[in-house]
Amino acid sequence: MNWYGLYTLFGKEVWRFMKVATQTILTPIITVLLYLLVFVSVLEEHVEVYDNISYTAFLISGLIMMSIIQNAFANTSSSLFQSKMMGSLVFMLLPPLSSFEFYLAFIGAAVVRGLIVGLGVWIATLWFLVLPIYNIGILFIFAILGSAILGTLGLIASIWADKWDQISGFQNFIILPLTFLSGVFYRIETLPEFWEKMSYYNPFFYMIDGFRYGFFGVSEISVTISLSIVSIFFVTLTAISLWILHIGYKIRY
Amino acid sequence: MVTAAVSISHIHKHYGSLHALQGIHFDIPKGCFFGLLGPNGAGKSTLINIMAGLVRSTQGSVRIMDHDVRQQWRQARYALGVVPQELAIDPFFTVYEVLRLQSGYFGLGRENKPWIDELLDILNLTDKAHTNLQKLSGGMKRRVLIALALVHKPPVFVLDEPTAGVDVELRKVLWEFTTHLHQKGHTIVLTTHYIEEAERLCEQIAILDEGKLVALDDKAVLLARYPYRLLRLSLLDRNIVLPTSLQDKVHSFLKDELVLRLHREKDHIGSILDALRIANIQFSDLHTEESSLEEVFLSLTHKDKGK
Ligand SMILES: Nc1ncnc2c1ncn2[C@@H]1O[C@H](COP(=O)(O)OP(=O)(O)OP(=O)(O)O)[C@@H](O)[C@H]1O
Ligand SMILES: [Mg+2]
Repeated sequence: MNWYGLYTLFGKEVWRFMKVATQTILTPIITVLLYLLVFVSVLEEHVEVYDNISYTAFLISGLIMMSIIQNAFANTSSSLFQSKMMGSLVFMLLPPLSSFEFYLAFIGAAVVRGLIVGLGVWIATLWFLVLPIYNIGILFIFAILGSAILGTLGLIASIWADKWDQISGFQNFIILPLTFLSGVFYRIETLPEFWEKMSYYNPFFYMIDGFRYGFFGVSEISVTISLSIVSIFFVTLTAISLWILHIGYKIRY
Repeated sequence: MVTAAVSISHIHKHYGSLHALQGIHFDIPKGCFFGLLGPNGAGKSTLINIMAGLVRSTQGSVRIMDHDVRQQWRQARYALGVVPQELAIDPFFTVYEVLRLQSGYFGLGRENKPWIDELLDILNLTDKAHTNLQKLSGGMKRRVLIALALVHKPPVFVLDEPTAGVDVELRKVLWEFTTHLHQKGHTIVLTTHYIEEAERLCEQIAILDEGKLVALDDKAVLLARYPYRLLRLSLLDRNIVLPTSLQDKVHSFLKDELVLRLHREKDHIGSILDALRIANIQFSDLHTEESSLEEVFLSLTHKDKGK
Protein backbone atom coordinates (compact mmCIF):
# COMPACT_ATOMS: atom_id res chain seq x y z
CA MET A 1 0.00 0.00 0.00
CA ASN A 2 1.10 3.53 -0.81
CA TRP A 3 -0.26 4.91 2.48
CA TYR A 4 1.25 8.33 2.18
CA GLY A 5 -0.04 8.69 -1.36
CA LEU A 6 -3.51 7.63 -0.23
CA TYR A 7 -3.38 10.08 2.65
CA THR A 8 -2.26 12.89 0.34
CA LEU A 9 -5.06 12.27 -2.16
CA PHE A 10 -7.62 12.04 0.63
CA GLY A 11 -6.26 15.25 2.13
CA LYS A 12 -6.40 16.97 -1.23
CA GLU A 13 -10.06 16.04 -1.69
CA VAL A 14 -10.97 17.34 1.76
CA TRP A 15 -8.92 20.48 1.19
CA ARG A 16 -10.70 21.04 -2.13
CA PHE A 17 -14.16 21.19 -0.60
CA MET A 18 -12.91 23.18 2.39
CA LYS A 19 -11.54 25.81 0.01
CA VAL A 20 -15.09 26.39 -1.23
CA ALA A 21 -16.82 25.72 2.08
CA THR A 22 -19.54 28.31 1.54
CA GLN A 23 -20.76 26.36 -1.41
CA THR A 24 -20.04 22.84 -0.17
CA ILE A 25 -21.03 23.12 3.49
CA LEU A 26 -22.90 26.30 4.29
CA THR A 27 -25.29 26.29 1.34
CA PRO A 28 -26.47 22.69 1.93
CA ILE A 29 -27.10 23.47 5.60
CA ILE A 30 -29.21 26.49 4.72
CA THR A 31 -31.13 24.48 2.12
CA VAL A 32 -32.06 21.92 4.76
CA LEU A 33 -33.20 24.64 7.15
CA LEU A 34 -35.51 25.94 4.43
CA TYR A 35 -37.00 22.48 3.95
CA LEU A 36 -37.50 22.33 7.66
CA LEU A 37 -39.28 25.67 7.89
CA VAL A 38 -41.63 24.82 5.04
CA PHE A 39 -42.46 21.26 5.99
CA VAL A 40 -42.74 21.79 9.71
CA SER A 41 -45.09 24.75 9.41
CA VAL A 42 -47.28 22.91 6.92
CA LEU A 43 -47.22 19.39 8.24
CA GLU A 44 -46.54 19.46 11.97
CA GLU A 45 -50.21 19.14 12.90
CA HIS A 46 -51.16 16.73 10.13
CA VAL A 47 -48.60 13.97 9.92
CA GLU A 48 -48.62 11.17 12.43
CA VAL A 49 -45.33 9.41 12.91
CA TYR A 50 -44.45 7.48 16.06
CA ASP A 51 -46.06 7.85 19.47
CA ASN A 52 -44.14 10.26 21.63
CA ILE A 53 -42.09 11.57 18.71
CA SER A 54 -43.02 14.91 17.23
CA TYR A 55 -43.11 15.33 13.48
CA THR A 56 -40.39 17.98 13.76
CA ALA A 57 -38.03 15.57 15.48
CA PHE A 58 -38.86 12.87 12.93
CA LEU A 59 -38.27 15.23 10.04
CA ILE A 60 -35.03 16.68 11.37
CA SER A 61 -33.49 13.25 11.80
CA GLY A 62 -34.45 12.36 8.22
CA LEU A 63 -33.17 15.66 6.87
CA ILE A 64 -29.81 15.18 8.58
CA MET A 65 -29.35 11.84 6.82
CA MET A 66 -30.59 13.30 3.55
CA SER A 67 -28.03 16.08 3.70
CA ILE A 68 -25.27 13.63 4.59
CA ILE A 69 -25.89 11.39 1.61
CA GLN A 70 -26.61 14.14 -0.91
CA ASN A 71 -23.39 15.92 -0.08
CA ALA A 72 -21.37 12.74 -0.20
CA PHE A 73 -22.68 12.19 -3.71
CA ALA A 74 -22.03 15.78 -4.70
CA ASN A 75 -18.47 15.61 -3.45
CA THR A 76 -17.14 12.71 -5.50
CA SER A 77 -19.25 13.42 -8.54
CA SER A 78 -18.26 17.06 -8.88
CA SER A 79 -14.62 16.67 -7.95
CA LEU A 80 -13.91 13.66 -10.08
CA PHE A 81 -15.97 14.80 -13.02
CA GLN A 82 -14.33 18.18 -13.01
CA SER A 83 -10.82 16.75 -13.00
CA LYS A 84 -11.80 14.31 -15.71
CA MET A 85 -13.08 17.15 -17.89
CA MET A 86 -10.20 19.52 -17.15
CA GLY A 87 -7.69 16.75 -17.76
CA SER A 88 -6.06 17.18 -14.36
CA LEU A 89 -7.14 13.63 -13.55
CA VAL A 90 -3.91 12.45 -15.22
CA PHE A 91 -1.97 13.73 -12.22
CA MET A 92 -3.82 11.22 -10.08
CA LEU A 93 -3.40 8.45 -12.66
CA LEU A 94 0.34 8.84 -13.23
CA PRO A 95 1.49 8.23 -9.63
CA PRO A 96 1.76 4.78 -8.06
CA LEU A 97 -1.77 4.75 -6.59
CA SER A 98 -3.84 1.60 -6.93
CA SER A 99 -7.55 1.55 -7.77
CA PHE A 100 -8.22 0.69 -4.17
CA GLU A 101 -6.17 3.59 -2.82
CA PHE A 102 -7.81 5.93 -5.28
CA TYR A 103 -11.22 4.64 -4.20
CA LEU A 104 -10.49 4.98 -0.49
CA ALA A 105 -9.22 8.53 -0.86
CA PHE A 106 -12.28 9.73 -2.75
CA ILE A 107 -14.81 7.87 -0.62
CA GLY A 108 -13.05 8.94 2.55
CA ALA A 109 -13.37 12.58 1.54
CA ALA A 110 -17.04 12.08 0.61
CA VAL A 111 -17.72 10.62 4.06
CA VAL A 112 -15.96 13.53 5.74
CA ARG A 113 -17.97 16.05 3.73
CA GLY A 114 -21.20 14.15 4.51
CA LEU A 115 -20.44 14.05 8.22
CA ILE A 116 -19.49 17.73 8.40
CA VAL A 117 -22.69 18.81 6.67
CA GLY A 118 -24.74 16.39 8.79
CA LEU A 119 -23.18 17.73 11.95
CA GLY A 120 -23.79 21.27 10.73
CA VAL A 121 -27.46 20.55 10.13
CA TRP A 122 -27.73 18.94 13.55
CA ILE A 123 -26.18 22.00 15.22
CA ALA A 124 -28.35 24.41 13.23
CA THR A 125 -31.51 22.53 14.17
CA LEU A 126 -30.70 22.61 17.88
CA TRP A 127 -32.48 25.92 17.68
CA PHE A 128 -35.71 24.07 16.76
CA LEU A 129 -35.30 21.20 19.13
CA VAL A 130 -32.75 18.91 20.71
CA LEU A 131 -32.97 15.39 19.33
CA PRO A 132 -32.59 12.56 21.79
CA ILE A 133 -29.69 10.21 21.09
CA TYR A 134 -30.58 6.58 21.59
CA ASN A 135 -27.41 5.00 20.21
CA ILE A 136 -24.60 7.14 18.86
CA GLY A 137 -22.77 4.11 17.42
CA ILE A 138 -25.74 3.29 15.19
CA LEU A 139 -25.91 6.92 14.09
CA PHE A 140 -22.29 6.89 13.00
CA ILE A 141 -22.47 3.49 11.32
CA PHE A 142 -25.41 4.55 9.18
CA ALA A 143 -24.00 8.00 8.49
CA ILE A 144 -20.70 6.51 7.35
CA LEU A 145 -22.20 3.68 5.33
CA GLY A 146 -24.76 6.02 3.75
CA SER A 147 -22.20 8.60 2.74
CA ALA A 148 -19.80 5.92 1.52
CA ILE A 149 -22.57 4.44 -0.64
CA LEU A 150 -23.48 7.80 -2.14
CA GLY A 151 -19.83 8.72 -2.53
CA THR A 152 -19.38 5.51 -4.50
CA LEU A 153 -22.41 6.28 -6.64
CA GLY A 154 -20.91 9.70 -7.31
CA LEU A 155 -17.66 8.08 -8.35
CA ILE A 156 -19.41 5.70 -10.73
CA ALA A 157 -21.56 8.49 -12.17
CA SER A 158 -18.62 10.80 -12.79
CA ILE A 159 -16.56 8.14 -14.50
CA TRP A 160 -19.48 7.12 -16.67
CA ALA A 161 -20.66 10.62 -17.60
CA ASP A 162 -19.35 12.53 -20.58
CA LYS A 163 -21.30 15.73 -19.95
CA TRP A 164 -22.43 17.74 -16.92
CA ASP A 165 -26.02 17.07 -18.01
CA GLN A 166 -25.53 13.41 -17.32
CA ILE A 167 -24.27 14.08 -13.81
CA SER A 168 -27.21 16.30 -13.00
CA GLY A 169 -29.54 13.79 -14.68
CA PHE A 170 -28.15 11.10 -12.40
CA GLN A 171 -28.73 13.39 -9.46
CA ASN A 172 -32.21 14.59 -10.44
CA PHE A 173 -33.65 11.37 -11.81
CA ILE A 174 -32.07 8.77 -9.54
CA ILE A 175 -30.67 10.21 -6.33
CA LEU A 176 -33.34 12.82 -5.66
CA PRO A 177 -36.45 10.63 -6.21
CA LEU A 178 -34.92 7.78 -4.24
CA THR A 179 -34.19 10.16 -1.36
CA PHE A 180 -37.60 11.79 -1.38
CA LEU A 181 -39.36 8.45 -1.54
CA SER A 182 -37.26 6.94 1.20
CA GLY A 183 -39.26 8.17 4.17
CA VAL A 184 -37.40 11.36 4.99
CA PHE A 185 -40.69 13.26 5.21
CA TYR A 186 -43.14 10.56 6.29
CA ARG A 187 -43.41 7.02 7.58
CA ILE A 188 -43.76 4.61 4.70
CA GLU A 189 -46.30 2.70 6.77
CA THR A 190 -48.73 5.57 6.21
CA LEU A 191 -48.45 5.19 2.41
CA PRO A 192 -50.97 3.32 0.25
CA GLU A 193 -50.04 -0.34 0.15
CA PHE A 194 -48.50 -0.29 -3.31
CA TRP A 195 -46.13 2.56 -2.48
CA GLU A 196 -45.31 1.06 0.86
CA LYS A 197 -44.24 -2.16 -0.87
CA MET A 198 -42.26 -0.21 -3.47
CA SER A 199 -40.40 1.57 -0.70
CA TYR A 200 -38.93 -1.70 0.47
CA TYR A 201 -37.06 -1.88 -2.84
CA ASN A 202 -35.51 1.51 -2.22
CA PRO A 203 -32.12 1.05 -0.57
CA PHE A 204 -32.22 4.64 0.66
CA PHE A 205 -35.18 3.76 2.87
CA TYR A 206 -32.97 1.45 4.93
CA MET A 207 -30.32 4.16 5.39
CA ILE A 208 -32.87 6.67 6.65
CA ASP A 209 -34.73 4.17 8.80
CA GLY A 210 -31.60 2.77 10.41
CA PHE A 211 -30.17 6.22 11.01
CA ARG A 212 -33.38 7.37 12.64
CA TYR A 213 -33.25 4.36 14.93
CA GLY A 214 -30.01 5.78 16.30
CA PHE A 215 -31.94 8.80 17.59
CA PHE A 216 -35.23 7.31 18.76
CA GLY A 217 -34.69 3.60 19.24
CA VAL A 218 -37.70 2.87 17.05
CA SER A 219 -37.82 2.08 13.35
CA GLU A 220 -40.14 0.77 10.68
CA ILE A 221 -38.17 -2.42 10.30
CA SER A 222 -35.57 -4.12 12.44
CA VAL A 223 -32.28 -2.26 12.51
CA THR A 224 -30.41 -5.52 11.97
CA ILE A 225 -32.20 -5.95 8.66
CA SER A 226 -31.56 -2.40 7.55
CA LEU A 227 -27.91 -2.64 8.53
CA SER A 228 -27.53 -5.87 6.56
CA ILE A 229 -29.22 -4.46 3.49
CA VAL A 230 -27.23 -1.24 3.60
CA SER A 231 -24.01 -3.23 4.03
CA ILE A 232 -24.81 -5.49 1.09
CA PHE A 233 -25.58 -2.45 -1.02
CA PHE A 234 -22.31 -0.86 0.02
CA VAL A 235 -20.21 -3.93 -0.72
CA THR A 236 -21.86 -4.39 -4.11
CA LEU A 237 -21.32 -0.81 -5.18
CA THR A 238 -17.75 -0.86 -3.92
CA ALA A 239 -17.04 -3.98 -5.93
CA ILE A 240 -18.55 -2.39 -9.03
CA SER A 241 -16.56 0.79 -8.67
CA LEU A 242 -13.31 -1.04 -7.97
CA TRP A 243 -13.91 -3.09 -11.08
CA ILE A 244 -14.57 0.04 -13.14
CA LEU A 245 -11.38 1.61 -11.84
CA HIS A 246 -9.45 -1.59 -12.37
CA ILE A 247 -10.36 -1.95 -16.03
CA GLY A 248 -9.79 1.78 -16.50
CA TYR A 249 -13.28 2.32 -17.94
CA LYS A 250 -13.31 5.75 -19.63
CA ILE A 251 -10.22 6.94 -17.78
CA ARG A 252 -7.43 4.66 -18.96
CA TYR A 253 -8.25 3.96 -22.59
CA MET B 1 22.57 -6.86 -17.65
CA VAL B 2 19.71 -4.76 -18.86
CA THR B 3 20.66 -1.56 -20.58
CA ALA B 4 17.27 -0.40 -21.79
CA ALA B 5 15.54 2.37 -19.88
CA VAL B 6 12.40 1.74 -21.88
CA SER B 7 11.76 -1.49 -23.67
CA ILE B 8 8.82 -1.55 -26.04
CA SER B 9 7.91 -4.91 -27.45
CA HIS B 10 5.42 -5.63 -30.20
CA ILE B 11 2.94 -2.98 -29.17
CA HIS B 12 -0.38 -2.83 -30.95
CA LYS B 13 -3.13 -0.40 -30.14
CA HIS B 14 -6.59 -0.41 -31.65
CA TYR B 15 -9.06 2.39 -31.08
CA GLY B 16 -12.18 0.75 -32.44
CA SER B 17 -11.37 0.20 -36.10
CA LEU B 18 -8.30 2.44 -36.02
CA HIS B 19 -5.02 0.55 -35.78
CA ALA B 20 -3.12 3.38 -34.09
CA LEU B 21 0.06 1.45 -33.29
CA GLN B 22 1.07 -1.47 -35.43
CA GLY B 23 3.67 -3.66 -33.79
CA ILE B 24 6.05 -1.04 -32.38
CA HIS B 25 9.20 -2.69 -31.15
CA PHE B 26 12.33 -0.91 -29.97
CA ASP B 27 14.46 -0.07 -26.93
CA ILE B 28 15.52 3.26 -25.52
CA PRO B 29 18.95 2.83 -23.93
CA LYS B 30 19.66 4.05 -20.43
CA GLY B 31 21.07 7.55 -20.33
CA CYS B 32 20.05 8.30 -23.89
CA PHE B 33 18.58 11.55 -25.15
CA PHE B 34 15.99 10.05 -27.40
CA GLY B 35 13.83 11.76 -30.00
CA LEU B 36 10.43 10.42 -30.99
CA LEU B 37 9.30 12.11 -34.17
CA GLY B 38 6.39 11.75 -36.52
CA PRO B 39 3.62 13.74 -38.15
CA ASN B 40 0.31 14.49 -36.42
CA GLY B 41 -1.60 11.35 -35.60
CA ALA B 42 1.45 9.09 -36.01
CA GLY B 43 0.87 7.57 -32.58
CA LYS B 44 3.57 9.27 -30.50
CA SER B 45 1.29 10.32 -27.66
CA THR B 46 -0.45 6.98 -27.70
CA LEU B 47 2.90 5.24 -27.27
CA ILE B 48 3.92 7.60 -24.46
CA ASN B 49 0.58 7.11 -22.72
CA ILE B 50 1.04 3.35 -22.90
CA MET B 51 4.42 3.80 -21.22
CA ALA B 52 2.71 5.86 -18.51
CA GLY B 53 -0.19 3.47 -18.00
CA LEU B 54 -2.72 6.08 -19.17
CA VAL B 55 -3.57 4.01 -22.21
CA ARG B 56 -3.56 0.24 -22.36
CA SER B 57 -2.07 -1.53 -25.31
CA THR B 58 -4.21 -4.03 -27.15
CA GLN B 59 -1.18 -6.30 -27.48
CA GLY B 60 2.48 -6.26 -26.49
CA SER B 61 4.27 -4.98 -23.43
CA VAL B 62 6.38 -2.08 -22.21
CA ARG B 63 9.02 -2.14 -19.50
CA ILE B 64 10.36 0.96 -17.77
CA MET B 65 13.73 0.39 -16.09
CA ASP B 66 12.93 -3.31 -16.37
CA HIS B 67 9.50 -3.03 -14.72
CA ASP B 68 6.50 -4.12 -16.75
CA VAL B 69 3.99 -1.27 -16.86
CA ARG B 70 1.06 -3.64 -16.30
CA GLN B 71 2.50 -6.22 -13.88
CA GLN B 72 4.91 -4.05 -11.90
CA TRP B 73 3.03 -0.84 -12.40
CA ARG B 74 4.07 0.71 -9.11
CA GLN B 75 7.80 0.46 -9.76
CA ALA B 76 7.29 1.43 -13.39
CA ARG B 77 5.45 4.60 -12.37
CA TYR B 78 8.09 5.56 -9.83
CA ALA B 79 10.65 5.27 -12.60
CA LEU B 80 8.80 7.48 -15.06
CA GLY B 81 8.03 11.19 -15.24
CA VAL B 82 5.74 12.33 -18.02
CA VAL B 83 4.92 15.82 -19.23
CA PRO B 84 1.61 15.35 -21.03
CA GLN B 85 0.92 17.07 -24.31
CA GLU B 86 -2.29 18.69 -23.07
CA LEU B 87 -2.08 21.72 -20.77
CA ALA B 88 -4.31 20.37 -18.00
CA ILE B 89 -4.32 21.99 -14.58
CA ASP B 90 -6.25 21.80 -11.33
CA PRO B 91 -7.85 25.22 -10.82
CA PHE B 92 -8.22 24.82 -7.07
CA PHE B 93 -4.58 25.05 -6.10
CA THR B 94 -1.45 27.15 -6.32
CA VAL B 95 1.78 26.08 -8.00
CA TYR B 96 3.42 25.14 -4.74
CA GLU B 97 0.34 23.27 -3.53
CA VAL B 98 0.06 21.05 -6.60
CA LEU B 99 3.75 20.25 -6.43
CA ARG B 100 3.47 19.26 -2.81
CA LEU B 101 0.42 17.12 -3.56
CA GLN B 102 2.06 15.44 -6.53
CA SER B 103 5.10 14.68 -4.45
CA GLY B 104 2.80 13.21 -1.79
CA TYR B 105 1.12 10.89 -4.30
CA PHE B 106 4.57 9.42 -4.84
CA GLY B 107 4.90 8.87 -1.11
CA LEU B 108 7.24 11.80 -0.54
CA GLY B 109 6.63 14.16 2.35
CA ARG B 110 8.36 17.18 3.81
CA GLU B 111 11.78 15.74 3.05
CA ASN B 112 11.14 16.51 -0.62
CA LYS B 113 10.69 20.24 -0.08
CA PRO B 114 14.28 21.21 -1.01
CA TRP B 115 13.87 19.48 -4.35
CA ILE B 116 10.53 21.21 -4.99
CA ASP B 117 12.16 24.55 -4.21
CA GLU B 118 15.00 23.71 -6.53
CA LEU B 119 12.59 22.80 -9.33
CA LEU B 120 10.73 26.08 -8.83
CA ASP B 121 14.02 27.90 -9.01
CA ILE B 122 15.37 26.14 -12.11
CA LEU B 123 12.09 26.60 -13.94
CA ASN B 124 11.83 30.24 -12.91
CA LEU B 125 8.60 29.72 -11.01
CA THR B 126 9.68 30.87 -7.57
CA ASP B 127 7.79 34.15 -7.70
CA LYS B 128 4.68 32.34 -8.96
CA ALA B 129 4.84 29.63 -6.29
CA HIS B 130 1.79 30.95 -4.47
CA THR B 131 -0.23 31.91 -7.52
CA ASN B 132 -3.31 29.94 -8.43
CA LEU B 133 -2.71 27.78 -11.50
CA GLN B 134 -5.65 29.34 -13.28
CA LYS B 135 -3.88 32.69 -13.29
CA LEU B 136 -0.76 31.48 -15.09
CA SER B 137 0.03 32.01 -18.74
CA GLY B 138 0.30 29.01 -21.05
CA GLY B 139 4.09 28.96 -20.91
CA MET B 140 4.08 29.06 -17.13
CA LYS B 141 1.57 26.23 -16.97
CA ARG B 142 3.89 24.25 -19.21
CA ARG B 143 6.70 24.83 -16.71
CA VAL B 144 4.48 23.66 -13.87
CA LEU B 145 3.73 20.47 -15.82
CA ILE B 146 7.45 19.90 -16.20
CA ALA B 147 8.04 20.41 -12.49
CA LEU B 148 5.14 18.05 -11.70
CA ALA B 149 6.68 15.33 -13.86
CA LEU B 150 9.96 15.64 -11.97
CA VAL B 151 8.85 15.85 -8.32
CA HIS B 152 9.84 12.24 -7.68
CA LYS B 153 13.19 12.45 -9.53
CA PRO B 154 12.34 9.78 -12.10
CA PRO B 155 15.26 8.20 -13.96
CA VAL B 156 13.22 8.31 -17.18
CA PHE B 157 11.76 11.64 -18.21
CA VAL B 158 9.33 11.89 -21.10
CA LEU B 159 8.25 15.16 -22.68
CA ASP B 160 5.36 15.09 -25.14
CA GLU B 161 5.80 18.20 -27.27
CA PRO B 162 7.02 20.48 -24.48
CA THR B 163 7.94 23.29 -26.84
CA ALA B 164 4.66 23.57 -28.72
CA GLY B 165 3.46 27.16 -28.47
CA VAL B 166 6.35 28.18 -26.26
CA ASP B 167 8.37 31.37 -26.76
CA VAL B 168 12.02 31.43 -27.74
CA GLU B 169 13.26 32.15 -24.25
CA LEU B 170 11.36 29.32 -22.60
CA ARG B 171 12.44 26.97 -25.34
CA LYS B 172 16.05 27.81 -24.53
CA VAL B 173 15.39 27.24 -20.82
CA LEU B 174 13.91 23.85 -21.67
CA TRP B 175 16.82 22.89 -23.86
CA GLU B 176 19.30 23.77 -21.16
CA PHE B 177 17.27 22.08 -18.50
CA THR B 178 16.81 18.79 -20.36
CA THR B 179 20.46 18.80 -21.37
CA HIS B 180 21.38 19.29 -17.74
CA LEU B 181 19.17 16.37 -16.66
CA HIS B 182 20.65 14.26 -19.40
CA GLN B 183 24.15 15.02 -18.18
CA LYS B 184 23.11 13.97 -14.70
CA GLY B 185 22.25 10.56 -16.13
CA HIS B 186 18.52 10.77 -16.76
CA THR B 187 17.11 9.12 -19.83
CA ILE B 188 15.19 11.72 -21.81
CA VAL B 189 12.47 10.99 -24.36
CA LEU B 190 11.35 14.00 -26.36
CA THR B 191 8.67 14.37 -28.98
CA THR B 192 8.62 17.50 -31.00
CA HIS B 193 7.54 18.90 -34.33
CA TYR B 194 10.57 21.18 -34.44
CA ILE B 195 12.96 18.96 -36.26
CA GLU B 196 15.93 21.22 -35.65
CA GLU B 197 15.27 20.83 -31.94
CA ALA B 198 15.56 17.05 -32.18
CA GLU B 199 18.60 17.41 -34.40
CA ARG B 200 20.25 19.61 -31.85
CA LEU B 201 19.45 17.64 -28.70
CA CYS B 202 18.87 13.98 -29.46
CA GLU B 203 21.42 11.22 -29.75
CA GLN B 204 19.01 8.65 -31.11
CA ILE B 205 15.90 9.19 -33.09
CA ALA B 206 12.86 7.09 -33.86
CA ILE B 207 10.39 8.16 -36.50
CA LEU B 208 6.82 6.96 -36.36
CA ASP B 209 4.39 7.28 -39.22
CA GLU B 210 0.82 6.04 -39.25
CA GLY B 211 1.43 3.73 -36.33
CA LYS B 212 4.61 2.20 -37.73
CA LEU B 213 8.24 2.68 -36.87
CA VAL B 214 9.84 3.92 -40.08
CA ALA B 215 13.30 4.73 -38.76
CA LEU B 216 15.39 4.22 -35.66
CA ASP B 217 19.05 5.11 -35.50
CA ASP B 218 21.75 7.29 -34.12
CA LYS B 219 21.24 10.79 -35.34
CA ALA B 220 24.49 10.78 -37.34
CA VAL B 221 23.65 7.50 -39.05
CA LEU B 222 20.17 8.70 -39.83
CA LEU B 223 21.53 11.88 -41.34
CA ALA B 224 24.08 9.99 -43.38
CA ARG B 225 21.39 7.73 -44.77
CA TYR B 226 20.15 10.67 -46.71
CA PRO B 227 22.93 11.13 -49.24
CA TYR B 228 22.07 14.60 -50.44
CA ARG B 229 23.28 18.04 -49.63
CA LEU B 230 22.01 21.40 -50.72
CA LEU B 231 23.71 24.08 -52.77
CA ARG B 232 22.25 27.52 -52.21
CA LEU B 233 22.82 30.20 -54.82
CA SER B 234 21.84 33.85 -54.62
CA LEU B 235 21.22 34.81 -58.24
CA LEU B 236 21.98 38.21 -59.70
CA ASP B 237 19.25 37.81 -62.26
CA ARG B 238 16.35 35.53 -61.68
CA ASN B 239 15.39 35.22 -65.35
CA ILE B 240 17.52 32.26 -66.21
CA VAL B 241 17.28 29.14 -68.28
CA LEU B 242 18.66 26.14 -66.44
CA PRO B 243 20.60 23.62 -68.45
CA THR B 244 18.69 20.33 -68.72
CA SER B 245 21.39 18.50 -66.77
CA LEU B 246 20.48 20.57 -63.69
CA GLN B 247 16.74 20.68 -63.98
CA ASP B 248 16.04 17.54 -62.01
CA LYS B 249 18.28 18.75 -59.20
CA VAL B 250 16.21 21.79 -58.32
CA HIS B 251 15.13 21.59 -54.71
CA SER B 252 13.49 24.99 -54.61
CA PHE B 253 13.54 28.23 -56.53
CA LEU B 254 12.06 31.15 -54.65
CA LYS B 255 12.61 34.76 -55.66
CA ASP B 256 16.32 34.92 -56.50
CA GLU B 257 17.42 31.99 -54.37
CA LEU B 258 18.02 28.80 -56.26
CA VAL B 259 18.60 25.66 -54.20
CA LEU B 260 19.98 22.57 -55.85
CA ARG B 261 19.97 19.16 -54.26
CA LEU B 262 23.17 17.29 -54.91
CA HIS B 263 24.03 13.70 -54.34
CA ARG B 264 27.07 13.37 -52.13
CA GLU B 265 28.89 10.93 -54.38
CA LYS B 266 27.41 11.29 -57.85
CA ASP B 267 27.35 15.06 -58.20
CA HIS B 268 30.55 17.06 -58.13
CA ILE B 269 30.30 20.67 -57.13
CA GLY B 270 32.99 21.54 -59.70
CA SER B 271 31.03 20.20 -62.65
CA ILE B 272 27.81 21.82 -61.40
CA LEU B 273 29.54 25.18 -61.25
CA ASP B 274 30.93 24.61 -64.73
CA ALA B 275 27.44 23.91 -66.04
CA LEU B 276 26.18 27.11 -64.46
CA ARG B 277 28.98 29.14 -65.99
CA ILE B 278 28.34 27.71 -69.43
CA ALA B 279 24.67 28.63 -69.11
CA ASN B 280 25.80 32.12 -68.09
CA ILE B 281 23.99 32.01 -64.75
CA GLN B 282 25.53 34.52 -62.39
CA PHE B 283 25.25 34.56 -58.66
CA SER B 284 26.40 36.82 -55.88
CA ASP B 285 26.81 34.18 -53.20
CA LEU B 286 26.76 30.45 -52.68
CA HIS B 287 27.00 27.99 -49.86
CA THR B 288 26.39 24.33 -49.27
CA GLU B 289 24.34 22.71 -46.54
CA GLU B 290 24.56 19.21 -45.21
CA SER B 291 21.29 17.34 -45.27
CA SER B 292 19.16 18.12 -42.27
CA LEU B 293 17.00 15.87 -40.24
CA GLU B 294 14.04 17.64 -41.68
CA GLU B 295 14.71 16.19 -45.12
CA VAL B 296 15.32 12.76 -43.70
CA PHE B 297 12.08 13.07 -41.84
CA LEU B 298 10.12 14.21 -44.86
CA SER B 299 11.58 11.56 -47.12
CA LEU B 300 10.74 8.83 -44.62
CA THR B 301 7.25 9.94 -43.74
CA HIS B 302 6.29 10.57 -47.35
CA LYS B 303 4.83 13.89 -46.47
CA ASP B 304 7.10 15.85 -48.80
CA LYS B 305 5.04 15.26 -51.92
CA GLY B 306 2.10 17.37 -50.92
CA LYS B 307 4.20 20.37 -49.99
N1 LIG C 1 -8.78 8.14 -27.08
C1 LIG C 1 -8.75 7.94 -28.39
N2 LIG C 1 -9.80 7.38 -29.02
C2 LIG C 1 -9.77 7.16 -30.34
N3 LIG C 1 -8.75 7.46 -31.14
C3 LIG C 1 -7.67 8.02 -30.59
C4 LIG C 1 -7.61 8.29 -29.19
N4 LIG C 1 -6.41 8.84 -28.91
C5 LIG C 1 -5.76 8.92 -30.08
N5 LIG C 1 -6.50 8.42 -31.09
C6 LIG C 1 -6.09 8.31 -32.51
O1 LIG C 1 -4.87 7.61 -32.57
C7 LIG C 1 -4.01 8.16 -33.56
C8 LIG C 1 -2.68 8.52 -32.94
O2 LIG C 1 -2.89 9.62 -32.06
P1 LIG C 1 -1.73 10.24 -31.20
O3 LIG C 1 -2.33 11.25 -30.32
O4 LIG C 1 -0.96 9.14 -30.57
O5 LIG C 1 -0.83 10.94 -32.31
P2 LIG C 1 0.46 11.85 -32.13
O6 LIG C 1 1.54 11.21 -32.91
O7 LIG C 1 0.72 12.13 -30.71
O8 LIG C 1 0.00 13.18 -32.88
P3 LIG C 1 0.30 14.71 -32.53
O9 LIG C 1 1.60 15.03 -33.16
O10 LIG C 1 -0.81 15.42 -33.24
O11 LIG C 1 0.28 14.89 -31.07
C9 LIG C 1 -4.76 9.34 -34.16
O12 LIG C 1 -5.35 8.91 -35.36
C10 LIG C 1 -5.82 9.65 -33.13
O13 LIG C 1 -6.95 10.17 -33.74
MG1 LIG D 1 0.72 13.76 -29.55
